[in-house]
Amino acid sequence: MTPRIADVWVYLSTSPLLGLTLTLVAYQTAYWVYQRAGFNPLFNPVLLAVAMLVTALTLTGTPYATYFDGAQFVHFLLGPATVALAVPLYLQFDRLKRLALPLACALLAGSVTAIVSAVGIAWMFGVADTTLLSVAPKSVTAPIAMGIAEKIGGIPSLTAVLVIMTGVSGAMMAKYVLDALRITDHGVRGFAVGVAAHGIGTARAFQVSEQAGAFAGLGMGLNGLTTAVLMPLMLVLWRLI
Amino acid sequence: MLGALTVLLVYQLIGEVIVQFTRLPVPGPVIGLLLLFLTLCLRGKLALPLRDTANGILQHLSLLFVPAGVGVMVHFARVSGEWLPLLIAVLVSTALAIAVTALVMRALMRGRSDAGHDVPGDADGEGGNT
Repeated sequence: MTPRIADVWVYLSTSPLLGLTLTLVAYQTAYWVYQRAGFNPLFNPVLLAVAMLVTALTLTGTPYATYFDGAQFVHFLLGPATVALAVPLYLQFDRLKRLALPLACALLAGSVTAIVSAVGIAWMFGVADTTLLSVAPKSVTAPIAMGIAEKIGGIPSLTAVLVIMTGVSGAMMAKYVLDALRITDHGVRGFAVGVAAHGIGTARAFQVSEQAGAFAGLGMGLNGLTTAVLMPLMLVLWRLI
Repeated sequence: MLGALTVLLVYQLIGEVIVQFTRLPVPGPVIGLLLLFLTLCLRGKLALPLRDTANGILQHLSLLFVPAGVGVMVHFARVSGEWLPLLIAVLVSTALAIAVTALVMRALMRGRSDAGHDVPGDADGEGGNT
């Protein structure tokens, strides 16, 4: 029997079917756990699914490229999902319009806080300069953050790691931070998560309510643009001081 | 559903083409988002299948970050030996950014008609807020 199992494995490991199926099975298992835990943010489904898949790939010695042959079909849907954010934004447009000024000020404050506090803390620990520049755009959605890192002299692949860490930790912490501050409005809660923890935070917000999701999606998009404009300006200022 | 998915892909494609021509520093799907949003505002109505498909995808937005997350963790050890200070910086800074954004927004909403207004039906009773 053993050689036949090996043959099947060789066949499967060259086909995208296995990577795609594994991704969906791991996610649905993670989502089931998340659901059983009463949607407790500490049981973040992205974190659980990634942990399961990394364990599986490490145990079977499967290279990431082989896995991604299948997983790319899921990854690809990030594009249409971004376009789909137009729908909740349109549905919440009346409230968003009325809140334009609070939204703009909160965005600017949150965006600057995310950059300055991350760089400041890393700097206190004596982290190298190129690493500091890679931390700076960590609250921004991955494609924009990697572009910013490249432009200001950071390391894009390190930025990608920090972006994912930020998203997962933001999705897990937001409820506790916002509850401690007694923030009850779903619009405010969603917007804060989107600005600080981009797409993964937005994903969590959509699991809570459509309004939180819409505000989070807006926060994510606006912070991407704001950080892309602010970063080079802040860098010039910093070098002048 | 198939029609709605096609609409999303067409807008993404238009966005990508615009980005290629203008070299805007923004991902193509973001331009697609803006164009679809403008279209919905101009039409003033939203087709039900598009609403359902968009909600379906966004309900499981988490799934779409899994492949990138796996890639990141596989490369993690190679990427940096300074992981502990970076982890602390990320955790503290993310909590601060959430707090500052929310506090500033709430402060500026005080006295407005819809300040602090909650949408009870929106919480779905699914334990815990965002």
